[in-house]
Amino acid sequence: MNHYAGWKNALIAFFLFLSTLYALPNIYGSDLAIQISGTGDIIVNNEDVRAIESALVDNDIDHKSIGLVNSRILIRFNDSQSQLSSKALLKQSLSRNYVVALNLAPSIPKWLSNIGGKAMSLGLDLRGGVHFLLEVDMDAVIATSIDRYENELRSLLKKDRLYRKILKENNSLVVIFNEQNLKDQAKKVIRDELPDLMIVEGSESELQLSLEITTDTQSAAKKSALKQNITTLRNRVNELGVAEPIIQQQGTERIVVQLPGVQDTARAKEILGAVATLEFRLVDEKNDLQSAVNSGKNPSGSKLYYFRDGRPLLLKTGVIVTGENIVDAASSVDQQNNSPMVSITLDNTGGRSMLETTKEYLHHRMAVVYIENKVETIIKDGETIKNRSKTQDIINAATIQGTFSNRFQITGIDSSREARNLALLLRAGSLSAPIEIIEERTIGPSLGADNIQKGLMSVLIGFVLVLVFMGWRYRVFGLVANVALTINLVTIVSILSLIQATLTLPGIAGIVLTVGMAVDANVLIFERIKEELHANKNIQKAISAGYGKALLTIADANITTLIASLVLFSFGTGAVKGFAVTLSIGIITSMFTAIIVSRAIINLIYGGKKVEELAI
Amino acid sequence: MSLKSLKVPAIDFVNKRRYALFFSALLLAMSVVSLGMQGLKLGIDFTGGTLIEIGYEQTADLEEIRTKLADADYIGTNVQYFGSDTEVLIQLEPQAVSSAKLSSSIIRMLGEGVDVRRVEFVGPKVGEELTNDGGLALLYALIGILIYVALRFEYRFALGSISALVHDVVITLGVFSVLQIEFDLTVLAALLAVIGYSLNDTIVVFDRIRENFLSTRHTDPKPIVNDALNQTLARTLMTSLTTLLVLLALYFLGGEVIHSFAGALIIGVVIGTYSSIYVASSMILALGIAKEDMLPSEKEKKEIDARP
Repeated sequence: MNHYAGWKNALIAFFLFLSTLYALPNIYGSDLAIQISGTGDIIVNNEDVRAIESALVDNDIDHKSIGLVNSRILIRFNDSQSQLSSKALLKQSLSRNYVVALNLAPSIPKWLSNIGGKAMSLGLDLRGGVHFLLEVDMDAVIATSIDRYENELRSLLKKDRLYRKILKENNSLVVIFNEQNLKDQAKKVIRDELPDLMIVEGSESELQLSLEITTDTQSAAKKSALKQNITTLRNRVNELGVAEPIIQQQGTERIVVQLPGVQDTARAKEILGAVATLEFRLVDEKNDLQSAVNSGKNPSGSKLYYFRDGRPLLLKTGVIVTGENIVDAASSVDQQNNSPMVSITLDNTGGRSMLETTKEYLHHRMAVVYIENKVETIIKDGETIKNRSKTQDIINAATIQGTFSNRFQITGIDSSREARNLALLLRAGSLSAPIEIIEERTIGPSLGADNIQKGLMSVLIGFVLVLVFMGWRYRVFGLVANVALTINLVTIVSILSLIQATLTLPGIAGIVLTVGMAVDANVLIFERIKEELHANKNIQKAISAGYGKALLTIADANITTLIASLVLFSFGTGAVKGFAVTLSIGIITSMFTAIIVSRAIINLIYGGKKVEELAI
Repeated sequence: MSLKSLKVPAIDFVNKRRYALFFSALLLAMSVVSLGMQGLKLGIDFTGGTLIEIGYEQTADLEEIRTKLADADYIGTNVQYFGSDTEVLIQLEPQAVSSAKLSSSIIRMLGEGVDVRRVEFVGPKVGEELTNDGGLALLYALIGILIYVALRFEYRFALGSISALVHDVVITLGVFSVLQIEFDLTVLAALLAVIGYSLNDTIVVFDRIRENFLSTRHTDPKPIVNDALNQTLARTLMTSLTTLLVLLALYFLGGEVIHSFAGALIIGVVIGTYSSIYVASSMILALGIAKEDMLPSEKEKKEIDARP
């Protein structure tokens, strides 16, 4: 009686071996490191590794190791001094096709990582970093496509002079006709040529009809806007140089961006949310500026713009080059007057158009317009509404001194910070629709370190308190429960490491709570054994009955807790989810360790022997 | 009674249930009144707004920070020490223009050299969603548990355990309302954990009540319930104690961020322990539980037959 078969003990031992093995990577700590990866299609290779290594040696920078891991170059350092100085060096020497980011790399022995050993991945609240939730302004997406369809519709119906007027109302296009048969003709053309537009039901009258974009086309437009924005955000994040960023779609119109270890969150905010681009236009030198300012009316072929300091200027409506034509941009300082500037490189189309313009309009003036779209949520009379605004400022207007094509500089930028940001935005491409940060959670590095330390401390103290208490109350059996509890803790850590679930501070709290609750199963069993002994049962029978009778109760009690934590998991976000994960894992592992592992040990101690008294 | 004694205590819980009823009713009434009168002090997770935690090298001057904020026309600001007098927590209601950039401009205003420990910004729409999701989570957890208990036991047990849970949740919320402790997302998570924990306790008692019904010829439910409570008492107290031990460790050592979370769990575990002894069992007695309701399932029938 009370004897486990050999294979059962062996299985338990094997399981213990596995969980210890996979919990092991967490004790090794991590190295200060720099991670280098290629942007876009660029893939780093061994040649890059050799080049970087010799650059480090040439500059007398100590490094622990350098190697290629998951198509990224990882350089480990002994101290932060050499980490920072080599970051500065590499940023300067590598081209912008490489992302250089500071990182912490777990220093796990090779044999362990070869068999899949990984350390737990720490959440932003433990390692420091930023979490953003961004919302894409989908109304703006639809408004843009309405504009596009308006143009298409006009040119389509213009051919046969079918319409009298086309008006834009909210998100639909109202077409007014002169005769009914023209309307019928137009309907046919639209059905054949513009199937993405459909007639709004009940909107049709004798000489008028309203069109709107079909829901399929609308959702396709939204989807592609979201996708394009994610790509742009990824480019921008690469420009910022972040190791292991997360950029993910959430729902149909939101994007989650997580940037571990980012220190300058203000800059990250400016960069991620900005929808800024440039346009190059010629200055209208014929029409009278003053009369346009006074009347507020734009002369034909021109539009009134303002400098940032409020000075007005008339610019021609034809755009020479837009931000789309820019393939590279870099910020620097103009040596002559020490003012910030941005060097621009255009693509072929842009370069050709710039060359033609500068040839034709030599000694005329050209202006650079800075365009920024913004969307903000404002609270008005208790209601939250989206407020969109577009600023178009002239940042520079200068006389064309000579012809140039695809390389030139622009000045007139307020600060070098702005020049840096502008260059980055031009490089990374523009967002197809304005986005707004609707949630931000930033944890500074000092708080992250504090959280880890405090979290570990509370797990440790709570754990020790429970160990002492159990040993005092249940003696030998208490010690067995303590062994089971320790194994439980190791198992939780190994599972978290294996599935790479993110450990957060509430997650640590979940582990602490599990430690407290995990002994419950053992308490139930031990109290039951005591009762059975009290009922004068034979000692071996009492042990067996204690385990047997408590089993169902333990299962019931744990399953209900599991239900609560699963609900928590499906509804929770971020940190709360971390709590649900560790709690759920803890509940399952605690059932295993408290019932099976503790039984195995009890069996080894008491099983099959003649026992006079139980130390319980 | 020494802790090592093997004697089962013989406390007359069942006949004291009138006092318990009065006590619970009093707590519930106080909680409901407080929740109705002053409500919960909701954190920015639910109200939306901005939170900035800043570390200074020396003792921070709260008045100076308040003046700076007031001069810059920010509304609904709250500035306080957080943990120690070198750390400051600044909270702002949603401003007329809600923007994540707000925190950057405040940090810039407070000057260089401050250590930005934490920034949270929740837009008004997100706050609303989190509130709805949170309420739904509580509701779904309760429904899920109701179904499970009804399947495993019978409906009276399900009603008994749910009333104990509602009792625990309302009183825990009541304590948060009376003391005006901030209620944020982590507290909501704690509340769900409390539901799980309190139910755990209740289920253990119920299991024993069912077992006792099946193993005795007596039909009077009162002594049976009372026996079950006494038999499980040692376990109920032991588990509550170990859980409270770790929660106290968390409360005192886990840092400010986890404070309300650990607080909610401590309150919940205490109330949950009490309710599984008094509320859940009183409820099933009031609902008229009887031996006939304990129809064993097939598997359990075999177990009983096998007994000597």
